[in-house]
Amino acid sequence: MTKSSRPALLGAILALGLGLPALAAGGAEHPPAQKWSFAGPFGTYDRAQLQRGFKIYREVCAACHGLEKLSFRNLVQAGGPQFSVGQIQTLAAEYKIQDGPNESGEMFERPGRLADRFPKPFPNPEAAKAANNGAVPPDFSVIAKARTYERGFPLYLFDIVTQYQEQGVDYITALLTGYEPAPAGVTVEPGLHWNKYFPGNKIAMANPLVALFDDAGKPQDPGFYTDGTPLTREQVARDLSAFLMWVAEPHLEERKRIGARVMLWLLLLAGLLYFTKKKIWARVEGAH
Amino acid sequence: MAEHHSTYVPKTGIERWLDARLPIVRLMHDSAVSYPVPRNLNYFWTFGGILMFMLVAQIVTGIVLVMHYTPHVDFAFQSVEHIMRDVNYGWLMRYMHANGASMFFIAVYIHIFRGMYYGSYKAPREVLWILGVVIFLLMMATAFMGYVLPWGQMSFWGATVITNLFSAVPGIGETIVTWLWGGYSVDNPTLNRFFSLHYLLPFMIFGVVILHVWALHHVGQNNPSGVEVKNYAKDTVPFTPYATVKDLFAMVCFIMVFAWFVFYHPNFLGHADNYIPADPLKTPAHIVPEWYFLPFYGILRAIPDKLGGVIAMFASIAVLAFLPWLDTSKVKSGRYRPIFRICFWTFVVVSVLLGYTGSQPTDKAVLMLGGRTVLDMVGFGQILTVIYFAYFFVALPLLGLFEKPQPQPASIADSVLGGGLAVPAGAHAAPQK
Repeated sequence: MTKSSRPALLGAILALGLGLPALAAGGAEHPPAQKWSFAGPFGTYDRAQLQRGFKIYREVCAACHGLEKLSFRNLVQAGGPQFSVGQIQTLAAEYKIQDGPNESGEMFERPGRLADRFPKPFPNPEAAKAANNGAVPPDFSVIAKARTYERGFPLYLFDIVTQYQEQGVDYITALLTGYEPAPAGVTVEPGLHWNKYFPGNKIAMANPLVALFDDAGKPQDPGFYTDGTPLTREQVARDLSAFLMWVAEPHLEERKRIGARVMLWLLLLAGLLYFTKKKIWARVEGAH
Repeated sequence: MAEHHSTYVPKTGIERWLDARLPIVRLMHDSAVSYPVPRNLNYFWTFGGILMFMLVAQIVTGIVLVMHYTPHVDFAFQSVEHIMRDVNYGWLMRYMHANGASMFFIAVYIHIFRGMYYGSYKAPREVLWILGVVIFLLMMATAFMGYVLPWGQMSFWGATVITNLFSAVPGIGETIVTWLWGGYSVDNPTLNRFFSLHYLLPFMIFGVVILHVWALHHVGQNNPSGVEVKNYAKDTVPFTPYATVKDLFAMVCFIMVFAWFVFYHPNFLGHADNYIPADPLKTPAHIVPEWYFLPFYGILRAIPDKLGGVIAMFASIAVLAFLPWLDTSKVKSGRYRPIFRICFWTFVVVSVLLGYTGSQPTDKAVLMLGGRTVLDMVGFGQILTVIYFAYFFVALPLLGLFEKPQPQPASIADSVLGGGLAVPAGAHAAPQK
């Protein structure tokens, strides 16, 4: 930041003073809570759902939104969509990856491999801006953890016990299904779109699901899902959200699995220590 | 308790040889085995050990994280994600470290409130207490700088807002801020120096902790009755096995809470905004510090004047160091001080409420009458700030003069065994000077 960006700094202090409501407040509705297979202490991802979500990402979102922290190899790893190695090798080879320099100092292109990162949609933020009305479409690598909505007192205290932490995916699902005609009397500036779940309601991104559904909600391509899952807007929104959760938290299953063992072990240890303590302190008269 | 003599007897030739040259085994034995502990300590006294565990856990996980972290504005966020994704059990190290900071503060707040309730700051433990306040200050500085390192939006803007507080210093404010930043804005030099200090300060904390424990072992522990040890045989038990096993049990219970967050709710205590890479041109809608800073942040925002707010905030922490002299009562334990107890619990509730005001938008209504806001968060924060300081400057000095304490037991043994009170019930029923 240079001297010229002092307004941003002033903005920070102003925001501090005014305490503007956090994300997903400001006139936006609270996203409804969805049922997620990965919620709760024993949650795991639904492989088929992650695979469907990846398909949606690749065919609908990838044109604008990057996944720069995802490598092709992640797609075959345990705890994720678990595509076969062959599937992903074929997929990676469809992409041209810039490599080099070679011995003669030239950069060259080669087919992608498992070790490569997912190619970015734009070579730099300026190109992204130029193609998107001046706004950079956010990268999706950790977006499921970077979005939330205000839970409010006392709900957030109950969340400690219920382990509710799916605000991000609930919000993304709601956002994808929240496009509506603007209410009467509200003008939506050109280049913006009305969404009842977006903070401030006016979002630059056009409804991305028009690529899959017509205005009546009928699928453009009824064969898009190949595993028999009903093709609806809500289903597509949930599948993509679940995929983004996995991208943001690829070790979630391992974490919860280890967590259960750690808790059980600690509980046992605490029990043993409790009785040891009782026995030792019994030697002291009147002690507690 | 300085008269407590060493009971260490070297058994082997090697031990005798070492003991004559460097009595380190004797030191360990005297401070962790035979050290006399008041027999009536309750579970609030286990938090010292828990804090020691948390400090070591933070240092160990931190050292591992540094092996994979890159302190540069272009790579910090990426390297943290690299730890989360590609480093073996990197997610575990990072979630332990991030949640460990919160657990550290939960434990330290319980530890501080315990000291305040049982009068642990009173003679002869003033230095012990002040060392504790120094540790608390160092912890706050360390935690603040650590939160900047992932270089997310909240890291960047939190650092910008907090360092900007120093610009309130008259005359040289701007110079101080430029010096802190290492430039004209929060940028790479800021990140680098915060990283350096974030690595240094925990070892300074460790040093002050050694002094804190030394002072503790010199004067001996306070206890729930507030009555000093009079007879070692009757009033105390040896540290090992009695305190050791009790501390271990409490520690494992505490680690279960820690593990709950690490494994099941790792981002609950953080901010979603910090998963967005820092962008100096985009201010988050709502800049909030970590939960453990909120009461002080609440005081800062309650004062409409910037310099006044900064002074009030620092004063709210610094005042703790003067507690031994602000509290005029000779009675240590809150158990025997009925009016003090009411003031103490009011203080606890006010501290929590200040944290709440610190987390809310300042213009949010607290009290509405006929559709009009009669009290907003700022006004509410001001009332709470007044009560916060009144506890130190009005309640504690005056209570010692006017409060009638209840009779104290003659000794620790009596307080445990319910033995006859040496002092007749009415004897203390006059204001004690």
